[in-house]
Amino acid sequence: MMAAQLSHADVETGHQLPVVSYPVTRLSLVKYCGASGDFNVIHWNERIARAVGLPDVIAHGMFTMAQAGRFVTDWAGPGATVIEFGVRFSSMVVVPDDDFGATIEVSGQVEEKLDENRVAIGLTARSREAKVLTRARAVVRLP
Amino acid sequence: MAINRDYAGRVFPASEPYEVSRVKIAEFADAIGDANPVYRDSAAARAAGHADVIAPPTFAIVISMAASGTAMADPDLGLNYAMVVHGEQRFSYLRPLTAGDVVTAQPTITEIRDAGRNVMLTTSTEIRTVTGELVCTAVSTLVERGA
Repeated sequence: MMAAQLSHADVETGHQLPVVSYPVTRLSLVKYCGASGDFNVIHWNERIARAVGLPDVIAHGMFTMAQAGRFVTDWAGPGATVIEFGVRFSSMVVVPDDDFGATIEVSGQVEEKLDENRVAIGLTARSREAKVLTRARAVVRLP
Repeated sequence: MAINRDYAGRVFPASEPYEVSRVKIAEFADAIGDANPVYRDSAAARAAGHADVIAPPTFAIVISMAASGTAMADPDLGLNYAMVVHGEQRFSYLRPLTAGDVVTAQPTITEIRDAGRNVMLTTSTEIRTVTGELVCTAVSTLVERGA
């Protein structure tokens, strides 16, 4: 099913995007290792993760950023293109080896309407109450 | 083992050409849990105004990391990868990466600096088509945690 297309005229500065929670499990990380080519052991090997001082296996920062990207593109609609997308990884998403894993909760608001049909979105992502993305911002161009 | 500061400013050779394929885009979209049809279905992508299936905005990391990975693995750089976490990431796109693009990626280590006990290493990678069109610049900051 194709999501509805947002138009620039419909966008208002300050608009809060609906919060979305995205699950992340050990399986997500294994799949992300394979698809991305990032096989850093801290994303799949608990023994080594702990040995290097981490609390457990942690998600790839890029997996979290991808969820924030999905949040923006789902809101902006299929004809939108992402022009700028930047984040700081401020805390780790710890993914325990259980049936639930972790949750990444993404929120955002329209920071600015720009020319050429562009819109700037400010983003925040949290996991277990900690902010896992800060200074996160995307600029999309609407069709 | 310390990071070799002489690598700051180093420009690495462009990677071998990489063909952006619909299959790889779909695999990546599956891995991030994104069901968007513009990442899978040419007709849906065209109906939305794209030239063909496009890649999700973080897909460029696959190409930029493959190119910078060679540099990061250089034993003379001295990066301890098990101690590395991702600090910051930014993408600037002139247009989306699209199925059928054939691109090369050229990384430059733009900065190596201390941050307390950690070392921050920033790489800027230009992704261009083989005809020279700049599509994306990916800027990654890796953090090597202090022991």
